[in-house]
Amino acid sequence: MGDMSNANRSLTLEGNEQGFATTKVDAMLGWARKYSLFAYPFITACCGMEFMALNSPRFDLARFGAEAPRFSPRQSDLLWVVGTISQRQGPVLKRIYEQMMEPKWVFAFGTCASSGGFYDNYTTVPGIDKIIPVDVYIPGCPPRPEAVLDGLMLLQDKIARGERRAGVVKPRVDPADHVKELVQLRRSANDPSELAPRLHAGVRK
Amino acid sequence: MSQLALDKLKERFGTAILETHSNYGDDTALVDAAQWKAIGKFLREDPALDFDLPVDLCGVDFPDRLPRMEVVLHLYSIARHHRVRVKTRVGDEDMDGADLDSLVSIWPGLNWLEREVFDMSGVRFRGHPDLRRILMYPEFEGHPLQRTYPADRTQPLVPYRTEDEAGMPLNKLEPFGYDEGMPFGRQGPHPRAEDN
Repeated sequence: MGDMSNANRSLTLEGNEQGFATTKVDAMLGWARKYSLFAYPFITACCGMEFMALNSPRFDLARFGAEAPRFSPRQSDLLWVVGTISQRQGPVLKRIYEQMMEPKWVFAFGTCASSGGFYDNYTTVPGIDKIIPVDVYIPGCPPRPEAVLDGLMLLQDKIARGERRAGVVKPRVDPADHVKELVQLRRSANDPSELAPRLHAGVRK
Repeated sequence: MSQLALDKLKERFGTAILETHSNYGDDTALVDAAQWKAIGKFLREDPALDFDLPVDLCGVDFPDRLPRMEVVLHLYSIARHHRVRVKTRVGDEDMDGADLDSLVSIWPGLNWLEREVFDMSGVRFRGHPDLRRILMYPEFEGHPLQRTYPADRTQPLVPYRTEDEAGMPLNKLEPFGYDEGMPFGRQGPHPRAEDN
């Protein structure tokens, strides 16, 4: 973050300053854009509660420069699709996306927006990528705010690099894979001091 | 709670009350569809019954039984604190004859509920002031809560992007597979759906 070394590789052309300047402008634009995302919240379902938590001081989306909502698609460049999209909402979502100015990015927030989730039926769009392109998928039902922040940083990285392929937020640690390493409290015979070493032995490095 | 309602219905309508049961304060009458409106009017207007709140109206499809569609009306009396459930059955295998008198003139609150039953189950209410779909969009074909509606049939309003257009596979993301969701919806089509 804040590091431009991963940005578009600058291209030095012998005797042609114009070429040099153009690529640096791209890198600088990417750097500027990734810290000034103007969000259009398209919030339809329960994931919206987690979106509120994300905006609240504890998780504080403002740290990433992405906190300002714009309730006109023409003024925003980041579309948050938060929640289930019904077939009836499909045309609305597509129109909102088309009204946004380039460059624009899309978040699929939560499992329903990403794949339809468990609404596998006549009424639900099985993932918004059937209708509009998606930049970052954030799975979870709903996703933890930390996962969304991971997704936001992933998007910032993509913007800086000019990358448009879709990315998926992966859980950093799947607790199910680490059952043995989870802390287990056991009362030992009569020696309370024995509890401490076991506890430390169980903590994941 | 309202054995009184069942007794009064049987006394007043006789053979039009096809069946009743009363378990743990849960009183139900299965009635003749032809008498649907008269029974509704009686339940609303009889001073000892006074069912002034239509709690819910819904359709339940039993495709292996005729008449196939059961319409269930739940009533409550705010003044007398009692409830009753009234059911009737309409419609043959193809939902022909699934017509029922509208009760909107008796309980105006049933307006949207009858529209919902029409939308989801395909029961047509005679005399309803505005019988349109309420949840699904006007372009939608069929009635999704009929058991013969295929579980995996969707009717998108915007054409889906193709995988070529997207440049990536558009199937469900890991760990969600094709079968994710309602497992009973994917155990093959309904037996009667194959005939159609």
